[in-house]
Amino acid sequence: MENIKQNPKSTSAKILEVLGTMASRPSGLIGLVILIFHVSLALLSPYLAPYDYKAIDPTLMLQEPSSEFWFGTDSLGRDVFSRTILGGRIALTVTFFGSLIALFWGGLLGIFCGLVGGKIDDVVMRIVDAFLSIPWILAMLLIVSLLGTSIEVLIPALGFFYGKGIVRVARAATHDVIAKDFIISARARGHSNMSIIWNEILPNVRDAILVEGAMRWSWMLLGFSSLSFLGFGVSPPTPDWGLMISNARGLMSFAYWAVIAPIVGLSTLIIGINLTADAFAKALGIDRSTKAPV
Amino acid sequence: MFFLIIKRILLGLITLFIVSLITFAGTEVLPGDACTTYLEREAYGAALEACYKRLGLNIPAHERYLSWAYNVIQGDFGYSLSGQMPINEVLGPKIKNSMVLASASILIGIPIAVLLGIITALWRDKLPDIIISTIAIFSMTIPEFISATLLILIVAIWLEWLPGIVIVPTDVSFFELLPNIILPVVAISMIMTAHMARMVRSSVIQVMASDYVQMAILKGVPYWKMVFKHVLPNALLPAINVVALTIAWLLGGVVVTEVVFNYPGLGRLVIESISNRDLPTVQALAIILATIYVGINLIADLMTLMLNPRLKTLQIRK
Repeated sequence: MENIKQNPKSTSAKILEVLGTMASRPSGLIGLVILIFHVSLALLSPYLAPYDYKAIDPTLMLQEPSSEFWFGTDSLGRDVFSRTILGGRIALTVTFFGSLIALFWGGLLGIFCGLVGGKIDDVVMRIVDAFLSIPWILAMLLIVSLLGTSIEVLIPALGFFYGKGIVRVARAATHDVIAKDFIISARARGHSNMSIIWNEILPNVRDAILVEGAMRWSWMLLGFSSLSFLGFGVSPPTPDWGLMISNARGLMSFAYWAVIAPIVGLSTLIIGINLTADAFAKALGIDRSTKAPV
Repeated sequence: MFFLIIKRILLGLITLFIVSLITFAGTEVLPGDACTTYLEREAYGAALEACYKRLGLNIPAHERYLSWAYNVIQGDFGYSLSGQMPINEVLGPKIKNSMVLASASILIGIPIAVLLGIITALWRDKLPDIIISTIAIFSMTIPEFISATLLILIVAIWLEWLPGIVIVPTDVSFFELLPNIILPVVAISMIMTAHMARMVRSSVIQVMASDYVQMAILKGVPYWKMVFKHVLPNALLPAINVVALTIAWLLGGVVVTEVVFNYPGLGRLVIESISNRDLPTVQALAIILATIYVGINLIADLMTLMLNPRLKTLQIRK
């Protein structure tokens, strides 16, 4: 750990090295490929979609998959293929920025608590504990039902609720380094708390926090889609996998294709992010299998 | 030891107190209340005043909190807004139904998880481990509503083996209820089992690598005797806490599963009461779910403490 400071590699070289280690394992490679596929699909899908995602045509209701409609049509005659390839865009955007918010406030608060300790730490951790013991779904539903389901509400709300787990990880990682010699000598040199956090602690706890953030991303995606599925996420006719599954579920005994397509989309994305996060953790030498899913 | 237990219980109570403050403040601070939702466009002037008066919303918030908390401690959650009936009467059957679902999942899930965890650890990186671990990763990453929907599609619609949604009242006899709850229980325990099996696996692997196990191997202790007598007791101990956290984490997942299967438990009540902005019921649910969470964690901590002599002298803080 200590030699990170003495022998600094450039950031891009370090990122390439980590990516290389991740891709050297089959599961990591699969995860990265899936993730890259989904991100490029999200970027390109508006140009690729063969039909308008909201064009309703009663004469084309519940068509089976054919050469004209690759994945069939749904109960309103909309093209399932177009809706499926567009369905990940909002989920990816919301959860990506939500994870960044969670990383930011969770990481900073955790490091701060680990560093100052004492009464402040006790009080903050009690509050974090209390938030942890309210089921996320209840809290999210409450916020969303009172403030609305726009992206501007969903991103900070998800970011806030998934950040509290990062607080714990950042705090524990800070505790591990706080008694090391280089922190004590930095204190002896008279550095301020801010400078110690930025120059001494952050480089040493960064890996643990980033891995936790990658994990949060997949959980947040799960949470976001669950909200959509329950009807508390994005509103129709926006194409979103959770919402599509919920709408097509009632008719799945006649039209299984309308529910299978978004299921495949969402499942592959979540598995892709998970495999990537796992490979990321392994590449950085962090074992996450003993962590509980909080 | 004694003080440690008392301290854990006190900390749990403090947590619950903060939860009650958060939920009360949350429902208070966020815009919109029961009256504006209820009266909708007529929400102005005298009608609004009358509604506030009827529901007691004209009293200052801190006084309402105190009287609410006083009643909650005595087990009275007040009246729900939509049904105009005591929340306790609404909650009772729902809690019972959710308990049936949760305990069935736990009773089935934990033994399977321990078994799978041990198998995957002992045959680490061999075929059984690769197969089971891959399935476990799939079932723990895929959202509850997807696995539940797929279960309904395959087992109920295509194979027609079991009913897809719960349509019978839950007070019918056990054998009438059984086919209805098999699919929800499978859907819930799948994810839980996968999480716990993964935990047991890494815990067993850690213990297998420790010095005293190496020592036992060198001494010539028979393999299975060593596994059951020396490895498992130590490997399963840290799993208790994770089992507790997994169960608590599943409280959220149960909400979704109950909705998919149309099961009349706490989960569907959560959705209904939030859709109706039935804030007293929402507050009651938050307190109850948080109490379950804190309670499960407390029991897990105390169990770990009882079972591990080394921890008795240490301070446990997570």
